[in-house]
Amino acid sequence: MNEALTAETVMIKGHGDAEIEAYLARPDGVDSFGGVVVIHHLPGYDSSTKEIARRFAAHGYAALMPNLYYHDSPGVSPDDAAAAARAKGGVPDDQVVGDVGGAAEHLRGLPGCNGKIGVIGYCSGGRQSFLAACSLTFDAAVDCYGGAVVHVPEGAPASMKPLIGLSQNLSCPLLGLFGGDDQFPTPAETAELSRTLDSFNKAHEFHTFNGAGHAFFSVDRASYRVEAAVEGWDKIWAFFGEHLSGKA
Amino acid sequence: MCTYATEHVPATGSGKGANGWFRLSEVSVYFDHPAHALADHTLNLDFINPAQGPAARVAVELTAQTARELAKAIEAALASAPPGLA
Repeated sequence: MNEALTAETVMIKGHGDAEIEAYLARPDGVDSFGGVVVIHHLPGYDSSTKEIARRFAAHGYAALMPNLYYHDSPGVSPDDAAAAARAKGGVPDDQVVGDVGGAAEHLRGLPGCNGKIGVIGYCSGGRQSFLAACSLTFDAAVDCYGGAVVHVPEGAPASMKPLIGLSQNLSCPLLGLFGGDDQFPTPAETAELSRTLDSFNKAHEFHTFNGAGHAFFSVDRASYRVEAAVEGWDKIWAFFGEHLSGKA
Repeated sequence: MCTYATEHVPATGSGKGANGWFRLSEVSVYFDHPAHALADHTLNLDFINPAQGPAARVAVELTAQTARELAKAIEAALASAPPGLA
């Protein structure tokens, strides 16, 4: 693999067929590839998450990150859009599902796509990755330290509901990557989620990294933990390699 | 933390953002991950006017210690004002 790629901003159909902005990174010189919908964290459609999309493309996947805040804040800087979304109590779950579903459809329509689509999200996007995998059909899903899946923290908006009740609808294998020191979600919560998924015979693989807390993948934040991040990326490559490979 | 727990304070005053001065209508206060500060968590203040769009915002991210010292300093400054002014 030569890691050549093309990355650009595109417009896609999101929730309610509304046009939304998305960041597409895809491999060059590859005749067949799987797709990955990348769900950004609460701080928004930012440069560091676009870098993650490019990382997937360098590894041979087409990655598409919908701007979940575009509906209310088109053309606004990512941090201002994120603050506006936060002030309103976040983005409604059904809108997220619509946008992620639109991104998955866009990936499926790319020439060379093998039709296998995964979803990955970080932080609030981890919760939304689980939500999408329980609401739509995917081939693989990764939840990176998504909070409010099992329990919703005190002070969260009334519209935010726990998602564990959707477990029986999980459409694909799930990889969970969590920090042992994280409080949102706690190791006890992820263990509860694992037991629930077991009860429905849902394939999943959870890893909890000691010495890491929330957002250990974030290279531009104090929370970055190199050992957990490096091992976590290896888990992701193995997981997507198993579930998203194949010829178009 | 990674929650939407936010205090909302109605505001009268002005702030200077990326596009110059604007009238404030609200301050959002929350303790969560910062966008820029080098700390796991910060006390974040968004001085905003949603009616003027998301870009009408002055953002500040402070360590917990700085935020507590600032809160005391604000109270002290108000207390030092001549009677009847503040």
